[in-house]
Amino acid sequence: MLNVGKIEEGFVLDHIEAGKSLSIYHHLQLDKLDCMVAIIRNARSDKMGKKDILKVECDINTLNLDVLAFIDHNITVNVIKDGELIDKKDLVLPKKIKNIIKCKNPRCITSIEQGLPHIFVLADEKAEIYRCKYCEEKYNERF
Amino acid sequence: MRHLMNPLDFTTEELDSLFDLANDIEKNPAKYAHACEGKKLATCFYEPSTRTRLSFESAMLGLGGQVLGFSDAGSSSAAKGESVSDTIRVISCYADICAMRHPKEGAPMVAAERSGIPVINAGDGGHQHPTQTLTDLLTIRSLKGRLGNFTIGLCGDLKFGRTAHSLINALVRYPNIHFYFISPPELRVPDYITDMLKEKKIVYKEVIRLEECMPMLDLLYMTRVQRERFFNEEDYVRLKDFYILNKPKMAMAKKDMLVLHPLPRVNEISVEVDDDPRAVYFKQVQYGVYVRMALILTLLEIQV
Repeated sequence: MLNVGKIEEGFVLDHIEAGKSLSIYHHLQLDKLDCMVAIIRNARSDKMGKKDILKVECDINTLNLDVLAFIDHNITVNVIKDGELIDKKDLVLPKKIKNIIKCKNPRCITSIEQGLPHIFVLADEKAEIYRCKYCEEKYNERF
Repeated sequence: MRHLMNPLDFTTEELDSLFDLANDIEKNPAKYAHACEGKKLATCFYEPSTRTRLSFESAMLGLGGQVLGFSDAGSSSAAKGESVSDTIRVISCYADICAMRHPKEGAPMVAAERSGIPVINAGDGGHQHPTQTLTDLLTIRSLKGRLGNFTIGLCGDLKFGRTAHSLINALVRYPNIHFYFISPPELRVPDYITDMLKEKKIVYKEVIRLEECMPMLDLLYMTRVQRERFFNEEDYVRLKDFYILNKPKMAMAKKDMLVLHPLPRVNEISVEVDDDPRAVYFKQVQYGVYVRMALILTLLEIQV
């Protein structure tokens, strides 16, 4: 069994689908933060069989939960302060996401217009479908 | 300030007001002949579309306003690499309202976000062409006297045909509409549309031949079946005649059925049908001008 120590302040992202932790690491731009990060892959889980866990020691206001919710809203977000669990955040699919994914429709105005943000809007909450705000192309890839 | 990007931007009540205004313009053109005096419409057409552009220009001239603009990207600053955002900021200083056609989907929305004047989407790639849908709805309402309680057949390329998709999305907001989709299997209406119809419990039927549904239709919306959409020449030759409307097929239809077509027509409606009083596709062009006049007045908030 691998042991990773407690963190004083930050987040423990639990129940990440096995294999997705590195993708989440990059999308949360953790590589740009000067903080301690532990990536645990393929941990044993009663619920999921295998899961990934991310432990991030940082200011608790720095994490973009919308990004996380878009990637996988089943992730459990444990908020840690002074070494104690102070909150568990429920993730809800964001209504709108900006500059997280790019529209791949070559006919979309985002493909040529300088400085235009890539904005996706939640078009169908049940089916978890996002569409480009400008061309309404469906975003098909999941993380 | 309002823009028009999508035919669904207006509620059915707002559309009723717009169509009432369009019908009043039709009856009393003189009353509106000076309504836009001193106002300018910019037609920013980044790709050629003679009919839509002329329809907008005719609408503004009919209201006593003036028109300026360009009719292809080559003669605009876009050729020098100017962004849509910058262009619309500049155009906002020259005109009071703008109709924009652009090959890139969503370009008019980018313009609307940065614009100081109302922007009308005059067609953005394969995405939306709301004034065509408004034209179709006004034609149906004016000539049938209602929007709702009818059976409509849409015929031709229903897979890629943006005018057909837009019309379906606009019509589902009205009660008791039944659809017949008449197309070759390769060009069937996309799943997302049939899924939406199922969810709303709207009755539709997909058929291969026009003859299978002609007697049932109150309206027939024809679109072009393009040779290049077929996987092979053999299928095209085999199927193309199913989608050509001619006198024998018209003989099977109701006496008051109406035939609409967004135009341009190539050969999918035989010219012998043009003299049939049920063929209203040229009247539809006239309604296109009235609805654009009504739209310009509405977006400029001009009351007559």
